[in-house]
Amino acid sequence: MFKILKKTELAPQVFRYLLNAPDIAKKALPGQFIIIRLDEIGERIPLTISDADPIQGTLTLYVQVIGKTSMEMSRMKVDDFILDVVGPLGNPSLIDLFGTVVLVGGGFGIAAIHPIASALTQAGNKTLSILGARTKELVILEKEMSVASTKVHVATDDGTHGTKGLVTDILLKLIEKKEPIDRVIAIGPLIMMKAVADLTRPHKIPTLVSMNPIMIDGTGMCGACRVTVGGKMKFACVDGPEFDGHEVDFQGLLNRMNTYIPEEAEAKEKYLKETEGKCRIAEIVQIYG
Amino acid sequence: MKKYAQPYKTPRTHAPEQNPEKRRKNFQEVSLGYTPAMAQLEASRCIQCKKPKCVIGCPVRVAIPDFLEQVAKGNFLEAAHIIKESNPLPGVTGRVCPQEDQCEKHCVIGIKGEPLAIGKLERFVADYERTHQDLKPIETVPSTGKKIAIIGAGPAGLATAGDLAKLGHEVVIFEALHKPGGVLFYGIPEFRLPKEILEAELDYLKRLGVEIKVNYVIGKIKSLDELMKEDGFNAIFIGTGAGLPYFLDIPGENLNGVYSANEFLTRINLMHAWEFPVFDTPIHHHKIFAVIGGGNTALDAARTALRLATTEKVMLVYRRSREELPARKEEIEHAEAEGIEFHYLASPIDIKGTNGWVSKIVCEKMELGEPDASGRKQPHSLHNSAFTLTTDSVIIALGSGVNPLIAKSSSDIKTDHHGHIEVADPNINLTSRPGVFAGGDIVTGAATVISAMEAGKKAAQGIHQYVMKFEV
Repeated sequence: MFKILKKTELAPQVFRYLLNAPDIAKKALPGQFIIIRLDEIGERIPLTISDADPIQGTLTLYVQVIGKTSMEMSRMKVDDFILDVVGPLGNPSLIDLFGTVVLVGGGFGIAAIHPIASALTQAGNKTLSILGARTKELVILEKEMSVASTKVHVATDDGTHGTKGLVTDILLKLIEKKEPIDRVIAIGPLIMMKAVADLTRPHKIPTLVSMNPIMIDGTGMCGACRVTVGGKMKFACVDGPEFDGHEVDFQGLLNRMNTYIPEEAEAKEKYLKETEGKCRIAEIVQIYG
Repeated sequence: MKKYAQPYKTPRTHAPEQNPEKRRKNFQEVSLGYTPAMAQLEASRCIQCKKPKCVIGCPVRVAIPDFLEQVAKGNFLEAAHIIKESNPLPGVTGRVCPQEDQCEKHCVIGIKGEPLAIGKLERFVADYERTHQDLKPIETVPSTGKKIAIIGAGPAGLATAGDLAKLGHEVVIFEALHKPGGVLFYGIPEFRLPKEILEAELDYLKRLGVEIKVNYVIGKIKSLDELMKEDGFNAIFIGTGAGLPYFLDIPGENLNGVYSANEFLTRINLMHAWEFPVFDTPIHHHKIFAVIGGGNTALDAARTALRLATTEKVMLVYRRSREELPARKEEIEHAEAEGIEFHYLASPIDIKGTNGWVSKIVCEKMELGEPDASGRKQPHSLHNSAFTLTTDSVIIALGSGVNPLIAKSSSDIKTDHHGHIEVADPNINLTSRPGVFAGGDIVTGAATVISAMEAGKKAAQGIHQYVMKFEV
C-alpha cells in the first residue's frame, strides 16, 4: 500500500501527486517509470517518475485524466492508498556532457522531460527546452522548467502563450539559426515526437524519443509494449523507454495505440455512471436520513 | 483392504469431467476429480513394487507407493503428509504435470494394462486435505538464523522456499508481479488450475514461515549486492524464469489483434479481462482466433480464447503433426472435445491486415523429415503451398526466452549466449557467484513446472550446505 501525501491540480485534468514509496525513491533515476494498480479490480498502468526524493522516500508523479483509471486516480485524496506500485522500471535516461541539448516537451510530456532537463543541466550541458501545448493553461511546469534548463521557449497552438504554432516551429528556428545542437530529447504525443524526429533527421541530430505504449507487466514478459526500432522488435519496458527517434516506426505504434479505444470509453462511461449513482445515493441519504 | 489379483486387467478409474458442450463456455475446472471411493478403488490397483519405478520417473521423488497405500486404506490426510514431504504443491502438480511422461510412464501396471492414475490421485489427496481443513500445526524447526532471498515466486522459487523453510531458514520471496505464483498464476488458466488451489498451497508455504513480497523487481529496486550486504541475506536463489515471449519475425506482427500468448493469458488470468468491464483490464472482442504453436501454453491460450463470450471459432496452427504436439495428452483430448480446430503441418509466413487489424494469416504447408536434435521430426515447407486462414486475431505461443533483468544488473552472474544463467554444479545449482544459486527456466530455458521444482529443491540443498558450512 502506497500513501498519497500531497495532491495538486496543475491544469484542468492534470494532477501532481507526492507518493510515499521509499524503496523505489532510493533507486529511481530520470527517465524511469513505475506501474501502478489502484485496487483489486484495477488495471496496471505505467507512469513516468518525475522526481524522486531518496531522503523523504517520495515520488512525484503527474497524471492527466484520459481513461477510467486516471479519472479514478484524479478523485483520490491525500492519505488515500494506491494498492500496487512497482518500479523503478525501464532504463534511465543517459546523463552525460553532450554540449547543447534541446528538450522538447509536448503537453503532459513536459512532466516527463523535467527530471531529464534538470539532470542534463546539472551535468553541465546547455539545455534549451521547448514546451508546447494547445493553450496557455495546459503549459505545465513552466517555472520548474526554467529553473531546470538554460533557456525555455514556449509554443501554443492558439498563441495564448509564447509563440503561436508548434514546438517544431521553434526547433526549426534554432536549427536555422545554426544553434549547434548535439542532442534532442522529445517527450509528448506520438505525432509530436514523430514530427521532431522528421525535422532533425536531415540535419543528423541525434534524437531520442520516449515511448509509453500499452503495457501490462513492465518486466519484458507480455510483449504488449513492442515497438519496431530500426526494423527490429524492441520492448519499451526493458529495452526503452527511450529509443532513437530516427529509427522508430511511429506509424505502427500509432496504430497499436488505437487497440483499446472503444473499451477505454466503455470503462470510463461505466465508471461515471456508477459514481454518479453513488453521489445520488449519498444525496438521498442526506435528504431523507 | 481389497487387492486386485490381476491389477493390469482392472481398468483405470476415470475421473468425471464437465461436459465439453457446457465447459467450452465457462472457466470452471474441466476435470472434477475423484470421489473418495474412486480414489480408494484406483489406489488399490497399486502392487507396491519393491523397487518402485514410478518414483524414479518423478522429478521431485514423491514416495508414490507409500501415499497410494494410504489412499487405498482411506487414510487421505496421512497420504497428503507423505506427498508434502517432497512436494509442497501437490494440488498444482497433480493438475499440471505431464504424468504420462513421468511417474505413470514408468508404472509397471502400465506394461500390460493401464498405468495407475497417479496424477489424479495426487490431486485428490491435495484437494481432500485442503477441503478438510487439516491445518495440522507445522512442526517448528529451530531457526538457523540464516536469511535466504528467493527471486521469483514461480514453481522453482516456491519449491526452494518450501525446503529451506523446513530446514529452519528465514526465507523471503521477491515477486515482480502483484500476485505470487509466476506462470501458475498468469499463465495456466482457471479451468486447468483454479486460483483457489494455488492460493491454498501458497498459504501452506506461508505457514511454513515463508514471507512473500510482491511488486519487487530485483535488479531494479535492489541489486544482488544490496540484498547480501545491506539486507543481510546469506544466500540468494534466482528463479526468474523464461518470460520473454518469442515472436515469429514475419510481417504483420504489430497489427492490432496479434498477441503473445503471455500477453493474452496475463490479461485473462492475472488481470481478469474476461470480466471486463467489472475489472478494468480489457481484451478486445474477437470472433476468430488463430493460435500458433503446439505446447501447453498454445493449448491454454486456444481453450481460453474459446471461452470468451464473443468467440465463434478457435484454430490451432502447428507445424508438425498431432503425434509431435508437445502439450499434455489430456489437454489435447480436452481441446479436441471442446471443438478447437487443429491445423497440422502448417506454418504462418505472413499476417495480413485491414485498417490496422488482423484479417487473415498466410501459411505454408509443411512435411516432416528426419528427427532433429530434440528427437522430433524436422518440418520442411512445401514449395508453392501457401494458403490463407481467415481470422481476426493471432496468438503467438512459440515459447519464451529468458528474462534478462537480473543478469543485466549483475555482471558477475555468468550466462550463455541465450542469456541462460550458467550453473557450475547442476546438483546444487550454484552460479558463478558465491552464495547465488539459480534454477528453473532461467537456467534450462522453458520447461515444465515440475522440472523447475526439481531444480529448486536441488538448489535448496546447495543453499543449505552453503549457509551452514561455517557452523559446527
